[in-house]
Amino acid sequence: MSTLITCRHVDFGYEDHDAVVDLSMEVDEGDYLCVVGANGSGKSTLVKGLLGLIKPLKGELTVAEELRRTGIGYLPQQTAAQRDFPAAVREVVLSGTLSRRETRPFYKRPFYSADAKRLAASCMGKLGISELKNHCYRELSGGQQQRVLIARALCATSRMLILDEPITGLDPSAIQDFYRLVRRLNREEGVTVLMVSHDVPGIITQANKILHLQQRVLFFGSPEEYRRTAAGRRYLGGEDG
Amino acid sequence: MTVIAEMLSYPFLVRAFAGGILVSLCAALLGVMLVLKRYSMIGDGLSHVSFGAISVAVAAGWAPLPVSIPVVVLAAFFLLRITENGRMRSDAAIAMISASSLAVGIVVTSLTTGMTTDVSSYMFGSILAMSRGDVWLSAVLSAVVLGMFVFCYHRIFAVTFDESFAKATGVNVSLYNILTAVLTAVTIVLGMRMMGAMLISSLVIFPALTSMRMFKSFRGVVVSSGVLAVVCFCIGMTGSYVFSTPAGASVVLVNLGAYLLFWLAEMALRRRIRWQPLKPGGKRTPAESGPAPKTARRWKTIRPEGERSPHSDGKRP
Repeated sequence: MSTLITCRHVDFGYEDHDAVVDLSMEVDEGDYLCVVGANGSGKSTLVKGLLGLIKPLKGELTVAEELRRTGIGYLPQQTAAQRDFPAAVREVVLSGTLSRRETRPFYKRPFYSADAKRLAASCMGKLGISELKNHCYRELSGGQQQRVLIARALCATSRMLILDEPITGLDPSAIQDFYRLVRRLNREEGVTVLMVSHDVPGIITQANKILHLQQRVLFFGSPEEYRRTAAGRRYLGGEDG
Repeated sequence: MTVIAEMLSYPFLVRAFAGGILVSLCAALLGVMLVLKRYSMIGDGLSHVSFGAISVAVAAGWAPLPVSIPVVVLAAFFLLRITENGRMRSDAAIAMISASSLAVGIVVTSLTTGMTTDVSSYMFGSILAMSRGDVWLSAVLSAVVLGMFVFCYHRIFAVTFDESFAKATGVNVSLYNILTAVLTAVTIVLGMRMMGAMLISSLVIFPALTSMRMFKSFRGVVVSSGVLAVVCFCIGMTGSYVFSTPAGASVVLVNLGAYLLFWLAEMALRRRIRWQPLKPGGKRTPAESGPAPKTARRWKTIRPEGERSPHSDGKRP
């Protein structure tokens, strides 16, 4: 088992303020890491930092060579504009293959290659949405839309997925479906998962590592230990002390 | 046929046709991106800025195009940047900028030349506005826009659908945004003098909205918008010649007609689907006979195994 991402005393932030301070953690291959914390605690900034969209202000962020080559699959928070976007499922999933960087930077292919189409088909197969491929994205249910977006992220890479608050707006049964799906990808397909979530009670049974962020790291470790900390008890509520 | 031949015997009408077709094509293609990214009002805002800039240029005795194109490009940058930063709501910013530049234009005009026919033709468009140079500029513009859509189609889709994902996968999102802003600005300035400052934004939004009623894929919407824009423009221009109505307003009315037509077609299509019995027994459950036929159809056709009913998701209003 190799380490995919290592952070040593990393600060992330924008020019006027630091959103994440002195973060140290590592993500190993096959991990299911869950990032929890209040709104504005730096979760989304951390995600941007890991994706390479912002540079660390301090400290050392090491990303494994294999991950740097293939990139990280990303499931952003959905925007309102997306919900009624006229796009076929096939088009959305295929757009994930763009990240397979082309060797010739100035030549843009007007069409997708056969490889890209095969890859998209296999990703749709993995998520059970093959029969939806010609349907319109905006007519799908929330759970189906999430599957489409995961298929797109898997097209980018099958090594690691970063999911940013994926269950927002899903109803309880769709949330359970979603968790089952992510767990299956994690266990059977060997996809490393990093999920940002507010659903701490739900996620604690899924993940094998918890990172509790409040600008600084309040906790980083296994869910069992997390249950015993003060921060964990406050988030889990109702747990005995 | 004779009407068209007669029209094409006037050189200014040939120029208006050529320039107008190219500008409407560009406006429609860019419009798909703008409408889907929730920037529908940007065309309206930019045309008012362009009106202000042209009024100042005319008052100062400068050539209108070299002044207004840079000003409008700057305004487009500014509007997109405001939205990206999220400090101010973009609709508020657009409303503010468009009203202020309209006011600047009116004050400057009334202080110098007074409200003349010139001003009216900027507001509501003039068929005589297309010069030879404008037609060439429109040709260059549409070559750039078409080139962008053909060669970078998938990146355009990615940027329009999901900017954060596109950014994460290494697409140069800000380059595409800047390109869109510049091209939109040039399109607006070119089209404005023929269509009028008050009406040009319809060229941006109508084809996209109309196509979105019928087409379910991005490619379908893009292609249909381009075709619709050109067809509606030609019908509108011919109509304006035959009935002696203002060109800009006629084109807008034809666009409105196309929208209503597509809307009716969509309703008819849905109705037909709803009439098919959903279950062998033909008995509807309360959820299926609800007021949203789209969900009823979805219920029947596209629910994969293991997926709960779309209604239980509670996401659709």
